[in-house]
Amino acid sequence: MSAALLEIENLNKSFRTDSKSVQALRGIELDVREGEFVTVIGPSGCGKSTLLRIIAGLERGETGTVKLSGEPIRGPGIDKGFIFQEPRLFPWLTVEKNIAADLSLRKPEVRSKVDELIRLVKLEGFAKAYPRELSGGMAQRVAIARALLRKPKILLLDEPFGALDAFTRAHMQEVLLDIWKHNGTTMILVTHDIDEAVFLGSRIMILKPRPGEIRGQIAVELSYPRKKASTAFQEYRYRVLREFERIDELAWGESGAGI
Amino acid sequence: MSSHSSAPRRTSKWAHSPPEHRNRRAVLLRRAGDALLGLLLPVAVLVLWQWFGDAGRISPLLFPTPSVIWASFLWLLETGMLGESLGVSLARTAAGFGLGAGLGLVVGLAVGLSRVIERLLDSSVQMLRMIPHISVTFLFVLWFGIGETSKIMLIAKGSFFPLYIYTFLGVRNTDNKLFEVVRVLGYSRFKTLVRLVLPATVPGVMLGIRLSLAIAWVSLVVSEMMGSTSGLGYLMMDARAMSDTPIVFVGIALFTLLGKLTDMLVVYMERRLLAWRGS
Amino acid sequence: MTQQAEPLRSGWRPPLARRTWNSGVWAHFAWAALLPGLILLGWQLYTAYGEVNPILLPSPAAIAEALGTLTASGELAVQLGVSLGRAALGTLYGCAAALALGTLVGLSRLAAKLLDPSMQLLRLTPSLAIAPLIILWFGFGETSKIVIIATGAFFPLYLATIQSLRGVDGRLTEVARVLQFGRAQQLSRLLLPGAMPGLLSGLRLAMAYGWLSLVVAELLGAQAGIGYLMSHAQTNGHPAIIFVGVLVFAVMGKLIDLLVATVEKRVLRWRDSYAG
Repeated sequence: MSAALLEIENLNKSFRTDSKSVQALRGIELDVREGEFVTVIGPSGCGKSTLLRIIAGLERGETGTVKLSGEPIRGPGIDKGFIFQEPRLFPWLTVEKNIAADLSLRKPEVRSKVDELIRLVKLEGFAKAYPRELSGGMAQRVAIARALLRKPKILLLDEPFGALDAFTRAHMQEVLLDIWKHNGTTMILVTHDIDEAVFLGSRIMILKPRPGEIRGQIAVELSYPRKKASTAFQEYRYRVLREFERIDELAWGESGAGI
Repeated sequence: MSSHSSAPRRTSKWAHSPPEHRNRRAVLLRRAGDALLGLLLPVAVLVLWQWFGDAGRISPLLFPTPSVIWASFLWLLETGMLGESLGVSLARTAAGFGLGAGLGLVVGLAVGLSRVIERLLDSSVQMLRMIPHISVTFLFVLWFGIGETSKIMLIAKGSFFPLYIYTFLGVRNTDNKLFEVVRVLGYSRFKTLVRLVLPATVPGVMLGIRLSLAIAWVSLVVSEMMGSTSGLGYLMMDARAMSDTPIVFVGIALFTLLGKLTDMLVVYMERRLLAWRGS
Repeated sequence: MTQQAEPLRSGWRPPLARRTWNSGVWAHFAWAALLPGLILLGWQLYTAYGEVNPILLPSPAAIAEALGTLTASGELAVQLGVSLGRAALGTLYGCAAALALGTLVGLSRLAAKLLDPSMQLLRLTPSLAIAPLIILWFGFGETSKIVIIATGAFFPLYLATIQSLRGVDGRLTEVARVLQFGRAQQLSRLLLPGAMPGLLSGLRLAMAYGWLSLVVAELLGAQAGIGYLMSHAQTNGHPAIIFVGVLVFAVMGKLIDLLVATVEKRVLRWRDSYAG
């Protein structure tokens, strides 16, 4: 067995707000193997975005190690693709130029790869459109193509479909699975939508808030494509829900003791 | 082991004292440092200017030294010429600004509140606004002579437009959602005007006043430099003709100071009036 | 395919709407023209039949005649050329200096701390109040006029440059970090286009101020240009020509503004018209 692609050991992180210090992440341990699709689920404020931003190198942890392919992460880089909550396209560049970003479309290898990705994210015919002409789902697909062009070792998605309506979101989940099957890119997706976590993840990490800690993980042994209405799917949903109910009871117990 | 072993010290410093949360003394120290850095250039210029002037390296006619300018300021003050010119200039600005800004406010409100008046007046006002302000100076001199009237009219004309525009915009930008609230609450037309539209217009009016004042000062400078026998601008133009450069510098400094002081006054009023807006 | 249902293919434009001059537009125009029309008519009648000194108030017809004569003789074109040349040169210098200094202060913290307080101090001075000093330094010739115009054009663009460089969307800066943009790409793909809207509106203001400063510079004394035409007319008692001068200054100012607005529209085509 090869070693894990991403190794996180005892990661801690806290933020300071006027004199008070808030622990955002405590003792995070996580190994991700190549080709895995890990979903991280938790309520808002549980530090799941912070975890993703530390993996991306956008922020630093205080203590602990974060290694990608055995190398400690020193800063952001194209080996770690990042999809933000909003598409964050450059409004002054067309779709194809947004995907190329700092690379020149005049280079034939960039050109052909961009064209291929436009087909992969199903945006044929929109190559020359500006971001303002795109719907939210289309814009997020451009962002995904932009990250994939750099052939990242791992793709980090921070609630990428949170702003989309239910139908577009379901469609985007299918597009993402297609990409995963086609490219085999390792993915970590952060979400607060239980359906999304179960539908996409080969493994679900459950994060509890204040301080952010991993409270369990569930391996989803369902074959893709999954059917959301199936009984097996619903069972996984209940398992996730039960985990959160347990966390809630614990939280109530703690705060109850405080009163 | 730290994952950031390449720069462990930096990491810990960064994590334990991010810049915005350093203690107050450090913040004060840094601010003082920034202020010193900002003062570096002006002080250096002043010192070099004085030094080169004393050494006779630069022409005293073109660049009189700071100490000579200061002496000239004191002389103007003692002879009473400064007080007299300043008084004349201030009176002109006050009269012109009062006339122009007052009209701007009234017409702006009328155009903002009535669609009929807007259709009748707004495009004419916009057309007049296209005329570069200063270019009518000759016409005003022609019509109103080189006495007080032409200067006051020029200042009034300059002060009119900003206040007109921002009062108009202020009325029209009143939040539509609040209009609905007021309708639901059954306000009368008069109450809507006094309790909703006027307060909502105040920010625009204050901005208009600031811009109008700035233009009023510029108009004063120009009108006094072109055909005048009194006032600060005349003092400067007269000094220029006599090559009495220090007085020109004094005039520039005074105009700067006056502009800044009146602007600060308006900002202060704005803060008092608009306390509800928060910072 | 779902994306067929999603709006607006690239390059798609709505078919040119046929311009129908419906009665609403006409009514609007009539209302707007009512007051100026009445004033013009009253002015003409008053000057033609009233007891009015034509030196003080020439009739609209006389002004139109003066405009015609000046145009036919080619004098207007010559003087306008001189004025435009001055304005262009002065504005160019002012804008170049503003861009260079503004970029320095906008991108470098050290430069900002060192230079910006001094610039803010200088900015307080009404640019036209420095005119006598500039004339003292450079004489009444061409140089002093160009310096007056350049100082007028400088500050609006300087301030806009700093503001727009600092105002580039922080979220996009993060994207550039993740994608590991090089220095050149950061400038050409992120900073420059991100700052462009602010830069262009700064340029628009700078050109307006440059034009205004030209008027002052020429009225303070010139041997050629529209301002010269006006002051010459004043001393020789041709008030109609003064009106022509005011008119030309106004129309040219408007044209310059329209020019920049057109450029702005073309360069910022990517921008959503409703973007805040």
